[in-house]
Amino acid sequence: MTEHGGIPEFQIDALQEVSNIGLGNAVTALAELLNKKVDISVPKAYFIELERVFSLVGGLEEAVACVNLILEGDISGTVMFIFTDKSAFKLVDMLTGQETGTTVELDAMGASAVQEIGNILTGSFINAIGGMTGLVMQTTVPMYAFDMMGAILSASIVASGHYDDKVLVIETLFFQENDHIKGHFFLLPETGALNKLFEAIGIPAEC
Amino acid sequence: MQLSPGKAMEDRAAACNEIHVGIAELKIARQPDRLITLGLGSCVGVALHDPATMIGGLLHIMLPESSQFNNVNKPAKFADLGIPLLVSEIRRSGGKINNLRAKIAGGAQMFSGLNEKFVLNIGERNICVTRKTLKSLGIRIVAEEVGGRRGRTMILDTVTGQVHIRTVGVRLKVI
Repeated sequence: MTEHGGIPEFQIDALQEVSNIGLGNAVTALAELLNKKVDISVPKAYFIELERVFSLVGGLEEAVACVNLILEGDISGTVMFIFTDKSAFKLVDMLTGQETGTTVELDAMGASAVQEIGNILTGSFINAIGGMTGLVMQTTVPMYAFDMMGAILSASIVASGHYDDKVLVIETLFFQENDHIKGHFFLLPETGALNKLFEAIGIPAEC
Repeated sequence: MQLSPGKAMEDRAAACNEIHVGIAELKIARQPDRLITLGLGSCVGVALHDPATMIGGLLHIMLPESSQFNNVNKPAKFADLGIPLLVSEIRRSGGKINNLRAKIAGGAQMFSGLNEKFVLNIGERNICVTRKTLKSLGIRIVAEEVGGRRGRTMILDTVTGQVHIRTVGVRLKVI
């Protein structure tokens, strides 16, 4: 059996499946908000070196908008949404009903619009998982940054208490085809938190 | 062919290698090469330079102290272990500790809307332990570009000892 840092393959599969359901719900919420069809790629769970998390997104110096929320309750961890600068501008245009290309920087309004999107996506994600598993989860107030991808991602990984050389990451790409919007979703669960999830979905924590 | 004012600088940039230092890594270079580390957020970049031998070293630390961790297999991740290691690597390459000058950058607070559960001031603690460790080794900090809210890229020129700081939407700064 392939191991992912002590997490057996079938549990990785289960994580991906649970995330798929949660994120399916999240993009439905986003699609309603934007009144456009939004797609997601199949979520992938990785147990990888910290440095490789960055290469999942792109260049370290690339300007991105990031919303960071902390999950509390039965499953604790960190949720991050990362949009490239151009995608973030387009999202704000779509949300505020402006023509694409109107927004060229994120002022306080734009920033709070992006933050709200992160909030809604996370909310529907955890509601779906909560509904399925009966687990209780809450999120904290979203935190926001617009800067170099490397700077943001490293700061949030360190601040969320993931000090190990390898981290468990659940990643999805979501996109709006016509408007070329691309975003990354990351879930960094705390290690102990996963056993509760596996128990709740009827998978033995160890086998 | 027209010569632009920046031509001499460009020529030199083309003649030297730019060596990348990743997160929780350290590297040494000699003139005319440059060392670069991208996207310092709450992390701190430590550039040490010996002007006499034109040997330089760059370190990208993530955390202040290693003492709270049992399993430390990447010393360059921590200020307290990474800086002494950087110094000993420079000495091994022929640099002199008495000549070393330090320039540091990073340690920003990247997120707004912080809540108390978030580990606060990790950037500040990184800066603080970096200063303390350099001081204990007798190395003078000649310039710094720390704190604030912006991510930074740091480039050390081993010929001049200059450090270039790049930020999103701001002009290149030399310290």
